[in-house]
Amino acid sequence: MIRIDSVTKRYPDGTVAVDRLSLDIPDRSITVLVGPSGCGKTTTLRMINRMVEPSEGTILLDGEDTRRQPVTTLRRSMGYVIQNAGLFQHRTIVDNIATVPRMLGWGKQRARERAAELMERVGLDPALAGRYPYQLSGGQQQRVGVARALAADPPVLLMDEPFSAVDPVVRKGLQDELLRIQDELGKTIVFVTHDIDEAIKLGTMVAVLREGGRLAQYAPPAELLASPADGFVEDFLGADRGIRGLSFVPSAALELTTDAVIPADADAGRIAAGKATHLLVTDADGRPLGWAERDELTAGDIRTDRLRSYGRPFVPGVDSLRVALDCAVLSPVGWAVAVDDSGRVTGVVSQQTIGEAIRAAHAAGRAEDEKVAG
Amino acid sequence: MSRFFDIPSDLQHSWAGLIGLHMREALLPVAAGLLLALPIAQLCGRFRWLYPPVLGMTTVLYAVPSLAFFVVLIDYTGQTELTVMIPLALYSLVVLVPAIVDGVRSVPDETLAAATAMGFGPVRRYLQVQLPIAAPAIIAGLRVATASSISLVSVGALIGNQGALGNLLAAAQKYDRPELAVNAVLTMAVLAILCDALLVGLRVLLTPWMPRAGSRPKPAPRREGITPEGAVR
Repeated sequence: MIRIDSVTKRYPDGTVAVDRLSLDIPDRSITVLVGPSGCGKTTTLRMINRMVEPSEGTILLDGEDTRRQPVTTLRRSMGYVIQNAGLFQHRTIVDNIATVPRMLGWGKQRARERAAELMERVGLDPALAGRYPYQLSGGQQQRVGVARALAADPPVLLMDEPFSAVDPVVRKGLQDELLRIQDELGKTIVFVTHDIDEAIKLGTMVAVLREGGRLAQYAPPAELLASPADGFVEDFLGADRGIRGLSFVPSAALELTTDAVIPADADAGRIAAGKATHLLVTDADGRPLGWAERDELTAGDIRTDRLRSYGRPFVPGVDSLRVALDCAVLSPVGWAVAVDDSGRVTGVVSQQTIGEAIRAAHAAGRAEDEKVAG
Repeated sequence: MSRFFDIPSDLQHSWAGLIGLHMREALLPVAAGLLLALPIAQLCGRFRWLYPPVLGMTTVLYAVPSLAFFVVLIDYTGQTELTVMIPLALYSLVVLVPAIVDGVRSVPDETLAAATAMGFGPVRRYLQVQLPIAAPAIIAGLRVATASSISLVSVGALIGNQGALGNLLAAAQKYDRPELAVNAVLTMAVLAILCDALLVGLRVLLTPWMPRAGSRPKPAPRREGITPEGAVR
């Protein structure tokens, strides 16, 4: 565990970048430091590997003061990923990745093998090994940056706005990749960003900092969205935090109905059964084809090309309530289509039912709070 | 034309000998200048306030005519090659110090921060990161310093025939043989061009990592494909 213990950073001109900050950063999880510019998040990160020395307070790594070991040893035990990757432009990709292992005295062969292995892990084509950084796209360079940080298998990974300089599509890919790599490797990651959505997506714990380097709130993302500590955090979270909070509510408990689902070869009795005004027509395999009003359907002559789009389906148990709600909002008839892993319809659910599930989730959240309080 | 390469005996060298002498008198000062400029530039990089006065001082030195230097130096080093080479070394500083400082400063902040964060000490960082990345700028400075040094050596003819090929200029006048002057000028030009070409070759050799003008980088295979979350139809 990394323990930041009432740390202050004051510069000679009197500016206070970080003000009596205390944080316990849990092992094997992603802790995100987020806040507006000037909130001291990068300074805090750089105090962990002593690129910035605290003016007051201590930082403990597994109970030991980070000042008790040589600074280069400390740094080599922590991977560091920076905005724009900061690759060595004069070294090939494989040599960039092998930098720290080589400094630690690994043989050239072993370091290169390790680099090749890491390229694979971060999703880089092995053909890029001999290229130079200028020959790679921004997203690829950032992947090299991550691979380089992981090269000596450090227990801690410090990431300073690593994905801010790439376009949104590439950024989403890099975020998903980071979560996947984290699932496999279980590093202790401290991640700095100014993007609250990125913080909520990646963080196990999120520390919101305000100007002047003071901690505004330190909580798991769901709690942050549900109960921001004050107006600053609430403003910083943005307008639709209610809807975003649904990302953390599972959709597995949604009550699905199959009354409104009929196969394309349904008979007149089947079409007439039930009360729903709209029916979802499926193919012989049970995959969704589209919606139709009950009156439009004639048994034995269902025109599948005339059906209305079913929007986007969700997978109960995999997708969150937010996805389910989004599917219902996108659906032309206001019903979300639930499918299993292979895309077969397992039922449909109305906006109303989803609304009830949201109220139930709120009630459960309140009960939880009271239990904690009591 | 037959006497083009017929060097008067009082110069005590053949044409080839003069070339060797000329190269030594021109290149040793540049090498010495480089050795001197590296630590000076390193200091200027570390203490930023030092750079403007250093730059000013080297520029003032450059403004001192070489003859004035000779007059002062002759008391100490006599009518020797050294008297020619010391001013040349100082002149090369004017070009090399800014070239190295700017080259080292051109290393992106992220690259430096990444190096520091990976546990590079200051010396290792300078030698393995800053200097290699500054190499193209340093070589550009060396090209200017070398060419100017090769032409300036000839002024040494004024102090006891220490001008190598430049001595031919004086001999041309003395013996009324203009072809010797043509010889001197052409040989120096060819030497300057050859040295320049060598330095360009060195840069190409040292910097395979630089985007080459004219040869666009091969588009790297992209593997950033994102699988869509759900089928939207």
